[in-house]
Amino acid sequence: MEGHPATLTTNAPPRAGIRLPGLGVGLGRGLVVLYLSLMVMLPLAAVVAESTSGGLGAFWDSVTGAQSMAALKLTVICSLIVVAINAVFGTIIAWVLVRDEFPGKGAVNALIDLPFALPTIVAGLTLLTLYGSDSPFGLDIAFTRVAIVVALCFITLPFVTRAVQPLLMEMDQQMEEAATSLGAGGFTVFRRIIFPNLLPGILAGVLLAFARALGEYGSLILISGNIPFDTEVSSVFIRSQIESGNVAGASAVSVVLLAISLTLLIAVSLFARMGARR
Amino acid sequence: MGIAVEGARKRFGDFQALDDVSIDVPDGSLTALLGPSGSGKSTLLRAIAGLETLDAGQVVINGQDATKTPAQKREVGFVFQHYAAFKHMTVFGNVAFGLKIRKWDKAKISARVHELLQLVQLDGLAERYPDQLSGGQRQRMALARALAVEPQVLLLDEPFGALDAKVRKDLRTWLRRLHDEMHVTTIFVTHDQEEAMDVAEQLVVMNEGRVEQSGSADDLYDHPANEFVMSFVGEVNRLGEHFVRPHDMTVGLDRDDGAEEAMVQRIVALGFEIRVEFVLGDGTEVWAQLTRAELQKLELREGQIVYLRPGQTKSFSGDVPPPEGGGASTPRHPDGGDDAEVSAAA
Amino acid sequence: MSTPTPAKWGLRTLAFGYLGLLLLAPVGMIFYKTFEHGLGPPIEAMTSPDALHAIWLTLLMVAVAVPLNTVFGVGCALLLVRHKWKGNAVLDGIINLPFAISPIVVGLSLFLLYGTDGWFGPTLSEWGIQVLFSTPGMILASVFVSLPFVVRETVPVLQEIGTEQEQAASTLGANAWQTFWRVTLPAIRWGVAYGVVLTTARVLGEFGAVTIVSGSISGETETLPLFVAKAFEQFNEEAAYAGAIVLALLALTTLLLMSVGGRKAKAQGGPIPITGDAAISTSTTKEGS
Repeated sequence: MEGHPATLTTNAPPRAGIRLPGLGVGLGRGLVVLYLSLMVMLPLAAVVAESTSGGLGAFWDSVTGAQSMAALKLTVICSLIVVAINAVFGTIIAWVLVRDEFPGKGAVNALIDLPFALPTIVAGLTLLTLYGSDSPFGLDIAFTRVAIVVALCFITLPFVTRAVQPLLMEMDQQMEEAATSLGAGGFTVFRRIIFPNLLPGILAGVLLAFARALGEYGSLILISGNIPFDTEVSSVFIRSQIESGNVAGASAVSVVLLAISLTLLIAVSLFARMGARR
Repeated sequence: MGIAVEGARKRFGDFQALDDVSIDVPDGSLTALLGPSGSGKSTLLRAIAGLETLDAGQVVINGQDATKTPAQKREVGFVFQHYAAFKHMTVFGNVAFGLKIRKWDKAKISARVHELLQLVQLDGLAERYPDQLSGGQRQRMALARALAVEPQVLLLDEPFGALDAKVRKDLRTWLRRLHDEMHVTTIFVTHDQEEAMDVAEQLVVMNEGRVEQSGSADDLYDHPANEFVMSFVGEVNRLGEHFVRPHDMTVGLDRDDGAEEAMVQRIVALGFEIRVEFVLGDGTEVWAQLTRAELQKLELREGQIVYLRPGQTKSFSGDVPPPEGGGASTPRHPDGGDDAEVSAAA
Repeated sequence: MSTPTPAKWGLRTLAFGYLGLLLLAPVGMIFYKTFEHGLGPPIEAMTSPDALHAIWLTLLMVAVAVPLNTVFGVGCALLLVRHKWKGNAVLDGIINLPFAISPIVVGLSLFLLYGTDGWFGPTLSEWGIQVLFSTPGMILASVFVSLPFVVRETVPVLQEIGTEQEQAASTLGANAWQTFWRVTLPAIRWGVAYGVVLTTARVLGEFGAVTIVSGSISGETETLPLFVAKAFEQFNEEAAYAGAIVLALLALTTLLLMSVGGRKAKAQGGPIPITGDAAISTSTTKEGS
């Protein structure tokens, strides 16, 4: 490999014509675009089209309607609280999993992925069982905003941990030792050395968790009670609008959620690119 | 017959990897492509194998124009620097791969694979996976895999580059012997001039996408076509416009006409060979290669003033015709030759 | 680094306490609730015709959506990694979309396309094809939400193995098809397998999108997650818990496969795929051990 500049980028160009088997590259690319269009883009286009079917005024009215705004506000605020909690605990858990040694570490590490594997409806049901009216702790939070926060904490738990873990593993511990040898105390080492290095991971995890929390539905319907103006999140509001026949209104709020998700996705990929460049 | 490349050009983005390269490799020979990294030697090898398509130029293998032939049909054996072992197959599976593709029958495949494993001394390891082999063993497996299909030519891309020094030396000797037995036209790429001189019959020195000179090891060492070849093939001191090999430096203790005054800066004993570093009056640093006996006779000490007499020097500035035997196909500086101002040899 | 022991214990307590209260206790509780009165009631609940149909339908979703997204995923990953193209960045972004979109919005979008007033709904129903409130719609929803996993997990492994083995195969006379089946696919198999496990888990558990397009008709268009929700809403807690246990056991199996798959992929030398949605940002990262 004689330093072809091209091989330095991650998406290295093919050397020697590799190789979508049997099919021409153009045909393969066409199929991929067709599949994505049919499965993803066309349905989403339908939502965007429907949202403005009554004109921009109707779109704006749907989004800024009192119930819709209440739902959006609740969704965003709860999601913000949740990602803040998981930024802290996710980082602590990552730290314990990377830097601590204890029996059963592999099992605990696998357990982190449980919220990804467990169907959301089951997640909601389990939380309701423990923290609902039959709570063995006497902690009845069912149908409250606290319940929303707890459910969202559950389903977004892995994001920050999984984004921070690799950074922590790759981090050169000599950096910390150097800081210590220069007289820095434990907290200073964390604040000045460790935290800045973990920050890209924490931010990426937070953005993904936020996107996930914004759209969550399955884990909330049983535990939140879906009370309009109180515990009704946006996804539940959209569902209720569909059921009452206001499809355009449902689409308008969907487009707002879509726009936020898209922005977050772009932010994440920018972060990832920055992280890769560092 | 053999391999011929004519006017090859290849560009990667802004980088000109091959710039009008032509080489001629005689049938049955063992040729080294030698050059620093980025010189285009690997690209040239890969173009011969069909792993790289040329922007312009022609590749002829055994008299057949192979320029447009895809790699899978060129019948070349290619050995990669990092082995490119099929990790999910056993040693047997790796060596048998090309034969299975050619739909040989099982008994024939088994016989051929074992014959090759014997040849590369991996006979007992047929059922191992590449992970369970050492670097040298993996490279021998890769060689057996390449040879299994009885290729017209064998191409090796820095084949020993990833191995440690001892293994590398053993494999060199072994490759040399293997070639003597099989006589398959072989080209290997290396950046190590000692390795190239040790193994190859013919060397092609490349730099910045061009062939600087080709010829035998002696040709290149004694009659380098230019400064690049002289300094790449062996050590060199520069004295103004002149170049001189460190073993062509004579050290004298007495002032002498035509000799340069120098101060001994450092004496490094490297076993039999002694490296003595000097600084000249104008600040130029040069070194001389002496034997232990010579050093003891001179009784040099650091800080001592001595008189240096360069033996054979060369300069490449004049329009001197190329030296005989330095028949570069596309020499970049066709000038160069024995210097006219050589002072009396020691 | 020598963290003082009290700090270490403090962090441990925080981490385990949070995980325990949030993950372990609820999941443990549901096992307790289900088997409170022995094995009989949950088994009975799960062998009712509606429950069996829900299980069957859920498996059907998996049987269709997972192969579709696997073939698409491997092909798409090959294109993205091996064939440089200006449109790749856009393709990459679109592939990630389903990670960030609310399942309810996915359901709504299919509703708008295939509903009675939808873009394609009327035409398709003229041809006698019913998409919404029937199996095809549910399959479309499952495909949408689980689309990115195989691509995401295959791309980094494909980048990691590089092209040398494929080049070696071609110098040995293999054509593109032979190279793919004999060299490329075996080399990326653990990454693909990992993506398949994640896809399966997502399809098994999908609720929001399916709930909109299925109509949740018991014994007809009800998958297991829908069955659980409906049973709970109808105060049939035994059936809800039993269904949840079946799904939870499947989830635990998934976890097991994930941690095995992750280790295998690591042993293969590939960068360790990160679980699930987090994969968006992690083509450059590795999983913990």
